[in-house]
Amino acid sequence: MFSALPAIEVRDVVKSFGDARALDGVSVRIKENEFFTLLGPSGCGKTTLLRLIAGFDYPTSGEICLHGKDIAGMPPFARPVNTVFQNYALFPHMTVAQNIGFGLEMQGKPRSEIAARVDQMLALVRMETLRSRRTSQLSGGQQQRVALARALAPQPRVLLLDEPLSALDYKLRKEMQGELKRLQTETGITFIFVTHDQEEALTMSDRIAVMSGGRILQVGNPRDIYDNPQERFVADFIGEVNFLAGQVIGIDGRTARVRLAAGGEVVAGLPEGATPVGRATVIVRPEHAELRGPTEQADLRGRLEQVVYFGTDTHLHVRLADQSEFVLRQQNSPRGTADLQPGAEVAIAFKPGAARVLKD
Amino acid sequence: MARPHSVRHQRGFTFIALMCFFLLYLPMATMVVFAFNAGSTVGQLDGFSLRWFRTALANDQIIEALLRSLTIAPIAAFFATVAATMAALATTRTAPYRGMALKVAFINQPLMVPEIVTAVALLVVFSRVKVWTGYTGLGYIIAAHTAFCIPFAFLPIRARLETMDLSLETAAADLYARPWSVFRRITLPLLWPGILAGFMLAFVVSLDDVVITEFIKSAGQETLPTYMLGQLRRNVTPEMNAISTLFLAVSVIVVSLFFLLSRKKT
Repeated sequence: MFSALPAIEVRDVVKSFGDARALDGVSVRIKENEFFTLLGPSGCGKTTLLRLIAGFDYPTSGEICLHGKDIAGMPPFARPVNTVFQNYALFPHMTVAQNIGFGLEMQGKPRSEIAARVDQMLALVRMETLRSRRTSQLSGGQQQRVALARALAPQPRVLLLDEPLSALDYKLRKEMQGELKRLQTETGITFIFVTHDQEEALTMSDRIAVMSGGRILQVGNPRDIYDNPQERFVADFIGEVNFLAGQVIGIDGRTARVRLAAGGEVVAGLPEGATPVGRATVIVRPEHAELRGPTEQADLRGRLEQVVYFGTDTHLHVRLADQSEFVLRQQNSPRGTADLQPGAEVAIAFKPGAARVLKD
Repeated sequence: MARPHSVRHQRGFTFIALMCFFLLYLPMATMVVFAFNAGSTVGQLDGFSLRWFRTALANDQIIEALLRSLTIAPIAAFFATVAATMAALATTRTAPYRGMALKVAFINQPLMVPEIVTAVALLVVFSRVKVWTGYTGLGYIIAAHTAFCIPFAFLPIRARLETMDLSLETAAADLYARPWSVFRRITLPLLWPGILAGFMLAFVVSLDDVVITEFIKSAGQETLPTYMLGQLRRNVTPEMNAISTLFLAVSVIVVSLFFLLSRKKT
């Protein structure tokens, strides 16, 4: 019904704390029914942006619109937006059911409706048997579920999640990732998820905004962010990447021919809206390159320095002609790669589309 | 044999600890024993009797002073607790700001300024006010007790607030609770043990006060402690032992009750 308008639209938002700018001109449109992730290192401004959307803080300047209506100056209790907190913030003096019903109660919903909705929420997060427990008697994973149910019960337009999985151990985190995705699909509510964990972002999100230094650097779906990072920070923060210095010597549509400092020439994809001239940086992911014999056709040549076994794959560190290092990742097979010895001369070939030019 | 270092194994530690217990509890034990003494001298035991309790409770002056104390203490403790709760909220429920430490110091002033100084200062002001207004009731004592009880109520309330996660109140506001609902449904229930402790402390401190009360009371406004002091100035009677023992019993019961109540809460 609101499909024409974005669920949340942030326009030119600046948030200053004294002299420090936590957000430095952020604009983003988050679509209805989207699992949207704000990804970045600590201090990048992702939590500040979330707090502004929730209403726990007010922007220094700029607009935050919910379905087209500016809510930037509204107090949190007036916004149809709910939050799942990093530490869950469950009310310790209430039972699980009372926690879940709190939002509905504050909205003045009739008792029968609250009871029905609490039952529905308990079923949704599979906690029916624990409804009368105190929250202090719950495990971390159970508390997480109650926090989710409590925030979802009033059927908010948008659900904000502030690193909700960071307090859980690895296995539980994996489980909850699937659970969150399921809840989002089942409820159809727009999720805005804050995390510093790139794997979490890649596996769960419809779209990701990568943040650094109070700015959004790139917005895109996980594949796009991983395969076509536009900036050095984005490429470096998500996954592992090789940076190759070079010189643009020709442009053909959306690709450029780049002469690499390590020797040879490659055809590399161009970043959106940029046609670099002169110096440029080319990136290649370790798993997007293959090892070839020294006599075969290749994009790069060098000397194998180190072979590191990782179980599922093996990392090969190659020293290039310009003394920079290039890392390849080879999937292991039962027969292994026993013939690779450090010191060997090797050639490296890029898979099609692997090389990309960065906006610099 | 080498033992892990512990203060318990420090030479003389046990002795010092025993001395402290001795000085704290021996006098009280003596007093309690003499309260049940049948004889009328303090210093010689003449068998068990409840005689002095009967005498004390039949003494109209004692009952009157006790009732006056029990009027002043709850009122003063109530107002002190309300003020202390507001002060504690104002100094913990915000980001630290300039001048906050100074504010806390102002609130805690009665803990730092010698009581006798406050007593003299209040006497000077109140005697003027009495002349101007003609009012000579208990209001002066209640006002003074309220003021010096505030820091005693403030300390446990603030301590409790500092352990309370601010994100609980944020979460409530996020779930459509307006500020008053946040306070009533989240802050107050969680703060309740602290408020109760603050009230109890203020109550006991008010009940026990001698110096300020002695200075500012009008004629015929004896509280139990000032009455006892007045009696002791004339002669020491076993009656005083009996009253003090009752006092002790009441405070032990009140404190134990509070302890049990607060433990059940958390």
